[in-house]
Amino acid sequence: MDAVLSIRDLAVEFKTDTGLTRALVDVGFDVPRGEVTAIVGESGSGKSVTANCIMRLIQPPGRIVAGTIEFAPERALSSEGQAPRAPRLRAPPFDIVSLPNRDPRLQELHGGLISMVFQEPMTALSPVYTVGNQVAEAILCHRDVSRRQAWRESAEMLERVGLDDIERRMRMYPFEFSGGMRQRVVIAMALVCHPEVLICDEPTTALDVTIQAEILTLIKDLQRDLGNSVIFITHDLGVVAQIADQVVVMYQGRVLEIGTVRQVLKDPVHPYTRGLLAAIPGLAPKGQPLATIGSVVGDADIETPHPLRRLADGRQVSMPQDSRG
Amino acid sequence: MSEVALPSGAGVAAGVTDRETAAAISPRRLMWLRFRRHRLALASGAFLLVLYVLAAFCEFVAPYGTTTRNDDAINAPPMGVHFFDAEGRFHLRPFVYAYRMEVNPDTWMREYAEDTGTRHPIRFFARGEPYEMWNLFPMDRHLFTTDAGTYIHLFGTDPLGRDMFSRVLYGGRISLSIGIVGVVLTIVLGILLGGIAGYLGGLADRVVNKAIEVLQCLPSLPLWMALSAALPVHWSPLLVYFGITIILSLFGWTALARQVRGRFLALREEEFVMAARLIGADTPRVIRKHMLPSFSSHIIATATLAVPAMILGETALSFLGIGLRPPVVSWGVLMFQAQNPLVIELTPWQMFPGLFVVLTVMAFNLLGDGLRDAADPYSTGGMK
Amino acid sequence: MRSYLVSRVLGMVPTLAVISVIIFTVIQLPEGDIVSSTLDRLQAQGVDVTEEYVQNLRAQYNLDKPLVLQYFYWAGNFLTGDMGYSYLFSRPVNELVWERLGYTLSITVSALFFTWIVALPIGIYSAVRQYSIGDYVMTSIALVGLATPPFLLALIFMHIGFEWFGVSTGGLFSPEFEDAAWSWARFADLLAHLWLPMIIVGMGSAAFTMRILRANLLDELNKPYVVTARAKGVPPAKLVLKYPVRIAINPFISNIGLMLPGLVSGEALVSLVMGLPTIGPLLLQSLLNQDMFLAGSLLMWLAILTVVGILLSDLLLAWVDPRIRFE
Repeated sequence: MDAVLSIRDLAVEFKTDTGLTRALVDVGFDVPRGEVTAIVGESGSGKSVTANCIMRLIQPPGRIVAGTIEFAPERALSSEGQAPRAPRLRAPPFDIVSLPNRDPRLQELHGGLISMVFQEPMTALSPVYTVGNQVAEAILCHRDVSRRQAWRESAEMLERVGLDDIERRMRMYPFEFSGGMRQRVVIAMALVCHPEVLICDEPTTALDVTIQAEILTLIKDLQRDLGNSVIFITHDLGVVAQIADQVVVMYQGRVLEIGTVRQVLKDPVHPYTRGLLAAIPGLAPKGQPLATIGSVVGDADIETPHPLRRLADGRQVSMPQDSRG
Repeated sequence: MSEVALPSGAGVAAGVTDRETAAAISPRRLMWLRFRRHRLALASGAFLLVLYVLAAFCEFVAPYGTTTRNDDAINAPPMGVHFFDAEGRFHLRPFVYAYRMEVNPDTWMREYAEDTGTRHPIRFFARGEPYEMWNLFPMDRHLFTTDAGTYIHLFGTDPLGRDMFSRVLYGGRISLSIGIVGVVLTIVLGILLGGIAGYLGGLADRVVNKAIEVLQCLPSLPLWMALSAALPVHWSPLLVYFGITIILSLFGWTALARQVRGRFLALREEEFVMAARLIGADTPRVIRKHMLPSFSSHIIATATLAVPAMILGETALSFLGIGLRPPVVSWGVLMFQAQNPLVIELTPWQMFPGLFVVLTVMAFNLLGDGLRDAADPYSTGGMK
Repeated sequence: MRSYLVSRVLGMVPTLAVISVIIFTVIQLPEGDIVSSTLDRLQAQGVDVTEEYVQNLRAQYNLDKPLVLQYFYWAGNFLTGDMGYSYLFSRPVNELVWERLGYTLSITVSALFFTWIVALPIGIYSAVRQYSIGDYVMTSIALVGLATPPFLLALIFMHIGFEWFGVSTGGLFSPEFEDAAWSWARFADLLAHLWLPMIIVGMGSAAFTMRILRANLLDELNKPYVVTARAKGVPPAKLVLKYPVRIAINPFISNIGLMLPGLVSGEALVSLVMGLPTIGPLLLQSLLNQDMFLAGSLLMWLAILTVVGILLSDLLLAWVDPRIRFE
């Protein structure tokens, strides 16, 4: 498999007043190039922390204590002014975790090669600058082009994410936009430099259901057109079914199961994954009380960590040897 | 597509720590736990507590009254407390040396030095100058003093030979209590007016709001000056004391009222207040049981932060000679006597009242910051 | 923006009207009035005063009219630029006020700029390098600065100026320029004297502002829009200045309004200690001598100064924060 990101043995700790919290424990998975990888899990399972690690956005009191994130971009770094992904020359892969804090590569990475869309579109944009200013800034931070050029490219990208009346809207302030429109702006801002990886951290959670569907379709369509890889973080299995190629299930800072979307959703192996699926309201027979994760998991022990084990069909699961093989 | 959300709560906290669960701690205890983390605030609270206790019992703590004069020590510097005498011998009972006065032949100023030949041992809980504790009980025991006929001046003396240490303590009683009395008045005004505005809304709200707006854009000191100047000259010291306190609170209530009003407005819309109402709690009960507890901690913090303004206000007015007047002793009155910059050069110990003002105000600011952070960890303006 | 400006300026009018009522009430409070104190003075000099003379005097100052009418006479005259006559100085109040208002204004405004120039960089530094040694030093200084009464600060600075630099720091002019006509040399002399009161008056508000800015900035530093901006690759220095600082200085600007009354108060106090020819000492004198026309006008001018200052800071805030413009 051609992986754009290879995460290995990632461990993150948060030092709080009440003690040390281990947010990630030996997390490892690959992100296939040009596909959508969904990370699912409940609150506190470590999915956002994983994303922040890839972006190197972990701030004290949090700390990455171990592990590597190997990034293999298609474009070489410092490829200013180059047409997006034109020459298929492979840059040498490098480890994101070990980049020093003040390394210029880090900035090039941010927004240039890996971008991120956050959960809260209402607060993700500064209220005191126009939308056009904030989108064009992403270009100006990465490429040596004129303001006019940056403005024009921003307009193109904003049009692509479905805004109309572009010139006027670019001169408006974020608080004049609805939540859905703001999220479109944030997506445009993330994609305007044609990054190779787009991380979406629950981008639809704060939106209305109808808007959610629109944004999902948008992300999927743009991914097909632009060919970038997507890491999609969500707690919503419906969203996973709609958008993902590969699924990573996380619980309590650990990876429990990795497989294709078909494998994980149709035929889950890990008891916790099964619990998750059984708890979806639509899937249970009518008239039956809704199952909780706990009732399906039953006596199965999901708290004891086990190393990931590869099964015959290619998926990986964190279970003891004898349970299924 | 239906929204399929995972139940949260199964494992909200990633990883396992042995923290106390939030549900098991009462809000008051939670506030105390958070407050305890602010070491500086804790230390400031302790400092203020000591200061207030000393001021409350100043007749006992101070070796002398405010008017006792030592004619042999005019503008004399502070005495040092010693355990070892000039020959290096150790004395279990600490002692001070008597002054040796010389007249500087150049400046004709009196200058004092330690007379290492004459030791005055310090006696604790000994009989000394008689006084009336709180104007009620005649007593003559002091926390510390020296033998009759000798003097101890830890902070030196003023131009009339009065003991600065005793005067600073007596002054502290006035200045520190003005801070508290003024803030109590402020709280009453602020909660009353802010509560009325926030709960009734409408016209009452508009009137109170306009009053706050107007008062907040008035320069307070000039108006304080005008109002203090209007206090009748023939008033007794006690009346002047309350007059000044009321004047200081007249302009101080606005910040608190604004906060109370905002809280009332916000809380009215809160779901737990709505829930209380829906299960049939009447208005007084809703206010008492649900609204007040949720911002009483804020009021305490704000009140603490309002004390310094009172103390500084009294000090400024008395310093200008239009606040409290001698024979009343307050830190401001004591500063009035140190108006000349020459004081800093010649008799810097007479600036001790100023030092106490600065320390007290600093302690109140730190304590208030700590309380506010503890009351509301998400508040702005917190300094750790 | 224009309608905002108009509504704000119009909103000033009732505020000033209420303030004038308050001030008029305050100056009426002391027992006795200008006539009784004049009579006291005359009688002390052994002058025999007739009842007719007293009546004339009362009529001259409108004291025979009801209080409400007296207020309108006073306010009306003030509006037409006639602030009455100071018996203490035996001069029209207008002259006395115009002589000194400029100095009050220049000290207050320069103290305001001092506040900004000092508090802005230090506040940003303290927040961005939270818990560094520099942060501890700066926050400690701010803590002391906030707790020191301005008059004490003035005394200490005067002492330092005298002791270390051998300069007498009282007043706004050197003796040779005291009564000289305006010239460049006199202006330069003024500037040379202005910096010390500026620092002393501005110290408290600089400490206050720095603490506010630091706290605001700490709140803003981890807001989603800052993380988003970092995630799109904005360089660190630009990130801090363009995003969180830009938001954190908004309350900073609106605080000018809250700071001004404090600055004006501090200026009055410091002027008294340092013997500066501003409104503060004049006010104290007029209050102590019950020269109420003078006191009322001075109070009114200080209030006008503050209200206009608050208006300007509100307009500035609307200019830098689009959210307010669009309301």
